[in-house]
Amino acid sequence: MLVKHVDNVKYDELGEITLPGGEVRRCRVLEINGTNVLVQLFESAAGINPAESSVRFLGHGVELGVSKDMLGRVFSGMGEPIDGGPRLIPERMSDVNGTPINPSARVYPSEFIQTGISTIDGLNTLVRGQKLPIFSGSGLPHANLAAQITRQAKVRSESGTDDTKFAVVFAAVGITFEEADFFISDFRRTGALDRTVLFINLASDPAIERITTPRMALTAAEYLAFDLDMHVLVIITDITNYAEALREVSAARKEVPGRRGYPGYLYTDLATMYERAGRKATSDGSITLIPILSMPEDDKTHPIPDLTGYITEGQIILSREMYRKGVLPPVDVLPSLSRLKDKGIGPGKTREDHKGVMNQLFSSYARGKEAKELMVVLGEAALTPIDRLYARFADEFEARYINQGFNENRSIEETLDLGWELLSILPNSELKRIKPDMIAKYMKRPENADSEKAGE
Amino acid sequence: MIEGKILKVSGPLVIAEGMREANMFDVVRVGSSELIGEIIEIHGDKASIQVYEETAGLARGDLVISSGAPLSVELGPGMMTNIYDGIQRPLRRLYEMTGPNLIKGIQVEALDRAKKWSFNPKVSAGDRVVGGDILGEVKETVLVNHRIMLPLGWDGEIIEISAGDFTVEEKIGVVRLKSGEERKLTLMQKWPVRIARPFKEKLPPNELMVTGQRNVDSFFPIAKGGTACIPGPFGSGKTVVQHQLAKWSAVDIVIYVGCGERGNEMTDVLNEFPRLKDPKSGESLMERIVLIANTSDMPVAAREASIYTGITIAEYFRDMGYTVAVIADSTSRWVEALREMSGRLEEMPGDEGYPAYLTSRLAQFYERAGMVVCSGSDERRIGAISAIGAVSPQGGDISEPVSQATLRIVKVFWGLDSALAYRRHFPAINWLNSYSLYKDRLAPWFTENCAPGWNENVATAMKMLQHESELEEIVKLVGVDALSPEDRLVLEVSRSIREDFLQQDALDDADAYCSLDKQYNLLSLVLGFYEAAKKAIANGADIQAVADLPVREDIGRAKFIPEAGHKAEFDAILAAAEAALAKLAEQAE
Repeated sequence: MLVKHVDNVKYDELGEITLPGGEVRRCRVLEINGTNVLVQLFESAAGINPAESSVRFLGHGVELGVSKDMLGRVFSGMGEPIDGGPRLIPERMSDVNGTPINPSARVYPSEFIQTGISTIDGLNTLVRGQKLPIFSGSGLPHANLAAQITRQAKVRSESGTDDTKFAVVFAAVGITFEEADFFISDFRRTGALDRTVLFINLASDPAIERITTPRMALTAAEYLAFDLDMHVLVIITDITNYAEALREVSAARKEVPGRRGYPGYLYTDLATMYERAGRKATSDGSITLIPILSMPEDDKTHPIPDLTGYITEGQIILSREMYRKGVLPPVDVLPSLSRLKDKGIGPGKTREDHKGVMNQLFSSYARGKEAKELMVVLGEAALTPIDRLYARFADEFEARYINQGFNENRSIEETLDLGWELLSILPNSELKRIKPDMIAKYMKRPENADSEKAGE
Repeated sequence: MIEGKILKVSGPLVIAEGMREANMFDVVRVGSSELIGEIIEIHGDKASIQVYEETAGLARGDLVISSGAPLSVELGPGMMTNIYDGIQRPLRRLYEMTGPNLIKGIQVEALDRAKKWSFNPKVSAGDRVVGGDILGEVKETVLVNHRIMLPLGWDGEIIEISAGDFTVEEKIGVVRLKSGEERKLTLMQKWPVRIARPFKEKLPPNELMVTGQRNVDSFFPIAKGGTACIPGPFGSGKTVVQHQLAKWSAVDIVIYVGCGERGNEMTDVLNEFPRLKDPKSGESLMERIVLIANTSDMPVAAREASIYTGITIAEYFRDMGYTVAVIADSTSRWVEALREMSGRLEEMPGDEGYPAYLTSRLAQFYERAGMVVCSGSDERRIGAISAIGAVSPQGGDISEPVSQATLRIVKVFWGLDSALAYRRHFPAINWLNSYSLYKDRLAPWFTENCAPGWNENVATAMKMLQHESELEEIVKLVGVDALSPEDRLVLEVSRSIREDFLQQDALDDADAYCSLDKQYNLLSLVLGFYEAAKKAIANGADIQAVADLPVREDIGRAKFIPEAGHKAEFDAILAAAEAALAKLAEQAE
């Protein structure tokens, strides 16, 4: 919408449109050109009459009033309370766009978070301050996985006092009521709701609001993490809806489109959100970000998952094939990755054998899958004996390691021991990724039971 | 001073009127918070300005002031170990001044004005000097002797020069130019980033830049002064490869440009590098590095400038006669910044919305690399810049414009492969489609400096891997049993080359850096086993028994044997292997 004859309007400022009937709608400045200002409406344009509507500019951008009382409350995608409770008295107003973090003020994330899920803890370790998206598809149980992480995630420390400092910020971006309700009921059931802030933009809410919703959530998270020193887990679902809203705005501005009609700055735009996760030297708190996105047609090279993968520190990919096999959570282990895992594992954090076991499981499973593919073409007889072992390993690995259900909470020791148990299918000579002293210490083979004690 | 007023604001692009007298590429200050910008187009009295900071809050009529000078970097002691943003603002200073988040409109000098440096002159009064001549030295860090040069383009006679402790702005001497004008000499000089620093002559690169990475040095080497690119999908380990190169490359100076990438990666460099020791000098690797960080959440326009800032600093050190490596991660983000500005300027888009000048801009960047004879009156002071750029192709598909444009320019291509990464084969450089055009040129160098058999060894290994990929096609169709014992041996040994030689653990102390000697000996060990096994099989040994030999485990772990004394241990392993194979052959008879 173009507003004429205005002066002194600032770029990115928020405006209020007063309709003839007295109704107020909000808009944001997209471009200033002389005395003309191009604005983007947050709601529909229905009923706006150019002759009789007026626009008032507020002198600031989109802001969120932040306060400790946000915990346990539900807000709309624009930051208005929608749970029937009173309005908050904010500590201060924060611009939802945030400011970039100075790289020299960042603290490298290295504290291991135990999620109780073997495929994450053992193979794609999550650490505090990481941004680790879940790449999913329509119909896959990403919500269950996210809920399981929220429920089980904890930092292992001797004092065990971490819980009071833990908060969840949940942003629903254009998802259906049922999906949002699943999270809310799950949070309520587990008592997590009291330390959760929810921002809900449902599929029926205005699409443009979706651009601000995740930023609202991150602003709230920044306040909790960096002002109140809390450890905040931010879950944003679904980023795909966000990107579509961005495309809509871009098209309205008549910009040159990049791939698949998404604007050329999609990468930068996503980065300004994702990069707000992390830890800072000036605060004890942290923001761990788990964005969920559904890959259109399960295509990982689609711009949204592709650009996300370039920004985030790894990805957990869900696989339809595994889901059909009944493996839960259906994590596709091989393309999943956590870039920060190496800093979060090892002696003092998890266990000294973690790295070796992890690498060995990865490469053995990859080889096992290749062997199985070969078996499909040629039959089992054509495999070498060692490949047959690998094929068996791959089956067992899927059935026992990956498949644990949404309710089992495994400690990291259980996960690692299970890894060793599965690796015992293979002879020692195949375990090239593990140092020999680790094998001697942890490998429990039935035939040499005398070394059993060494594994502690 | 030229003053204009804002007419239009659209993202990082601001159009101001009243700018008739401004020059192209002049730096301007925009609005009341004095945001830094650069003029990129002039139409009549309207100037298009790309603003290096967030433009929210600018309004029509806000003041735009031109500084009358192009975007320049400050060159002098104090750059080493520092971390700068895309327009050379020191991030640590900013952190001290404004806290952990970046606030716009802050002006900070790149070089510390208060710090005194001990200057040791190498010329004396009365000496004739020309631009590029070394006036003296400042010991900047334990690894870097900062050579203070006469600014390029100056030519004259030294009137006075003094030793002692100076700040970067204090007078260290006076030079009288040919025109008779007398100019003050300081430790610091400036240079506009968009102009390449001149040199006397460019030389063909014919010396290896040792990186300590087996895959790179042995198979796809890069020369000093060479150019290389690393395209790969996300998760294929691009950044780890870049970090490894920055850590272990045998160069004097490393300029690491983090361009539109993750903030935590820069933090990782800041944490990790000081702890690592240079394999040659034993000093911390941080002592020779300059970091330019424009992370993905920082303003887009400054990302465009960061590459130029990095290469200009590199050229300055090259002119001192040093070997410099510029590592840019990632050039795709840089090109995206170009695309964004191009879109806002409403230029006609080329492929995928990228501007039509994409290729020429990329070429300009990579052409600033090279081995050169530096400016100055001394005979042959040789400096080199190797430029290594990461490319992040969408979906890992290198048919996209940025990868293709880059491949036409660079000489070395390290193609990262996600299939290898899934198998945790790192570095995931695909040996079948990567190439290095320096290989032939460097062959004599290898023979002379490493081992006479180096090139033959590598060629044999390469041929075997090629053969393996063909055999694998057959195995997929008819199974491994259909192969002859000789071919099965090729499969086994190829696997050994892949796993025991090409894979390198970036996090293992003994394996992260591998000297050329160890590379050669390790490959010789693997191939030595092949020769002996071939003989044994010809004498009737069973291929399965050969494949199952326990000594092969020792070969697999050979790379973890520390550098010192590795040769003796390798020889012992090979001797054991030969003995075991001979025994197998005997039993067969």
